Amino acid sequence: MSKCRKLITTTALMGVIGVLPAFADTLGLGRLALPEEIAAWDVAVMPDGRGLPEGAGNVFDGEDLWIDYCAVCHGDFAEGAGVWPPIVGGRGTLTADRPLKTVESYWPYLSTVWDYVNRSMPFGAAQTLETDEVYAITAYILYSAGLVDDDYELTHENFTENRLPNEGGFYFDDRAEVEFPIFTQEPCMSDCGAPVSISARATTLNVTPDFPIIRNLYTEDLIGNGAADAAAEEVIEDASAQPEAEAGEAETQMASLDPELVAAGEAAWRQCRTCHQIGDGARNGTGPQLNDIVGKMAAQVDGFRYSPAFVDAGESGVIWDEATLDAFLENPAGMIPRNRMSFRGVRSADERAALIAYMKSYTN
Amino acid sequence: MTDTPMDAKGKSRGASRRDFLRTAGLAAGGAALGAGAGRAATPDPLITEVQPWASFLGEGVDATPYGMPIHFEDHVVRRNVEWLTADPIASINFTPIHALDGTITPQGCAFERHHSGAIELSKEDYRLMITGLVEKPLIFTFGDLLRMPRIQRTFFCECAANSGMEWGGAQLNAAQFTHGMIHNMEYTGVSLRTLLNEAGVKPEGSWIYVEGADASSNGRSIPMEKALDDCMIAFFANGEALRMEHGYPVRLVVPGWEGNLWVKWLRRIGVHDAPIYSREETSKYTDLMPDGRAREFTWAMHAKSVITSPSPQMPIGHGPGPMVITGLAWSGLGKIARVDVSLDGGVNWQTARLAGEPGDKALTRFYVDHVWDGKPMYLQSRAIDETGYVQPTKEQLRAIRGVNSIYHNNGIQTWYVNESGEAENVEVS
Repeated sequence: MSKCRKLITTTALMGVIGVLPAFADTLGLGRLALPEEIAAWDVAVMPDGRGLPEGAGNVFDGEDLWIDYCAVCHGDFAEGAGVWPPIVGGRGTLTADRPLKTVESYWPYLSTVWDYVNRSMPFGAAQTLETDEVYAITAYILYSAGLVDDDYELTHENFTENRLPNEGGFYFDDRAEVEFPIFTQEPCMSDCGAPVSISARATTLNVTPDFPIIRNLYTEDLIGNGAADAAAEEVIEDASAQPEAEAGEAETQMASLDPELVAAGEAAWRQCRTCHQIGDGARNGTGPQLNDIVGKMAAQVDGFRYSPAFVDAGESGVIWDEATLDAFLENPAGMIPRNRMSFRGVRSADERAALIAYMKSYTN
Repeated sequence: MTDTPMDAKGKSRGASRRDFLRTAGLAAGGAALGAGAGRAATPDPLITEVQPWASFLGEGVDATPYGMPIHFEDHVVRRNVEWLTADPIASINFTPIHALDGTITPQGCAFERHHSGAIELSKEDYRLMITGLVEKPLIFTFGDLLRMPRIQRTFFCECAANSGMEWGGAQLNAAQFTHGMIHNMEYTGVSLRTLLNEAGVKPEGSWIYVEGADASSNGRSIPMEKALDDCMIAFFANGEALRMEHGYPVRLVVPGWEGNLWVKWLRRIGVHDAPIYSREETSKYTDLMPDGRAREFTWAMHAKSVITSPSPQMPIGHGPGPMVITGLAWSGLGKIARVDVSLDGGVNWQTARLAGEPGDKALTRFYVDHVWDGKPMYLQSRAIDETGYVQPTKEQLRAIRGVNSIYHNNGIQTWYVNESGEAENVEVS
């Protein structure tokens, strides 16, 4: 950061990036953007292909990339996995009770696919794909949607020849024309219809998360019985006592670990938490929850569906100790080839040690 | 006087007290309705005995350099609905609108929507680039922005999907979850017109494309007319720096239009001659209609209102007698002109009292000072804005849009309040 600032200050002094002169109608603040800077940030792609960089990628390479980076959430065939969105399928469902909106059935333009994969995917590792990799993944999506053959290569030159099935399925907001005439009529104020009755209630679905109900204290509550309030507060205190006990247990465990290392591990955990939960209430998500992982045999977290590669590793006797965790964190695909953790690894040995200490702090 | 949170189903937290309240409320209520103040059998020890806080000392001025609400209020928090999204990092939570009053939403409990999580971006590392069809592509630091003419405006920000779970029928039993994807803040920042003028928009520049610095980028296209009208970039909200989750250090403010356009951690404004058709304005934030086609670029949030109390989280705890019915109204097309409230599910309406001068594209608070007779009510509110737009019923909306358009559900909400004062999300016919 400071290095960056120094660079700008120095070059500005040298006159390479001059502070802009103040024009009469502008403030003259800021500085001109350099071509390299514009190239780095101005990457949006439009439906007519403007903004596409030169490059190419084929379905075959796209499939390999898809398995490595995309399949964990979107399925091997882009059909979706678990709660994550399917990318293909759903043609003809847009008028159905439950429409399936995918690239194949709903998205109007292929440019959107390229742009989104390039800018924001994979989830948790955005902007790590090479240009040709983005072309290849886009080609694989086209193939999975049945729009190109398996020998197809997508390039910046043939890109706009590809049209998505639902391109004509959108029209500009017409609420002002269609709805305003109806919704601007003078509203009725009295005797506007027959007495009503309940036709649907949310409680029958029972999908609302628990929430506290707020009740205030009124004079009526107190007349004749002043003890009720004290009793209620006791109940609330009881409810909050439990977490403190759990915190005590955690502290016992932490005592044998270097707190600084655990704290560093917690900071480094950012890169893991997209897929892995740890700590109180941790559940399996894209990856398994990792409480008590240290000392455990590979592929043994209850309820998680591991890749065949991971199951094999477990059966061959891999146990997660410091050495194996270190090796796996350094190069996940090197230690267990074809596993589905789409993560490139942690280069720094210190950071790996911190992460392992952090996982240990959640191991009993 | 303290609020006493209890479990929704009356389990672990004070079921006995709840039962007591119901009984006591009903018994004492009749007296309150007729003769006014009641009479206590014994003196209140809170008054007759010296309480600890009236004798011992409280906290010093160095105890809390930046304060949180007192712990009695720790139930007034954002909540999320786990099953709604695949992952809490690309998800949304809900403002506790049921427990707030006034119109300004404190940042700490204002709903959050992230597509790749809330990021830490310092003012020092912040850069804003203006590119595309401009005379001079420019880069600003945060400090540069502070040197530009500053403006202050108060606006609501509502997610297009607010009430989106209610299209198929009453689903979530709490105002926080049915209407909590909204907040209202006083913003301080710079007009987008000022910024674009610095770069000099070329005549063919008819759209801007705005992007964030986070992994999702959340790029959106906005027509130049709106960009030059009332859009601004904000660095202060409610008098202090934006919170991380609201886009620190700089977010875009697009008054009256859907929250997804209010790009956080704003890093680039591209000037173009056409929209980009990004993921967020094609696959999402388009409204699927019954014929299988979809409306695109449905930006404006139309007039809407909701009664925040009573509501499922805020039952009537006191039995018959004087009470306050209150709620919020807003319109992305301008100011709220009037709010009507019905106690009988829309058969008869009365005009509510507006708490202050309604602001342009800002939340307006309304009150009905009511004397409850203890009978069930079907509470509804209906907003009317200065353009004459009247908030429609859910059935009116479904007749045009069907039930699969997800976004822009501004239909009239009904809370059924039973004899015990408990409120419930229902639909009526």
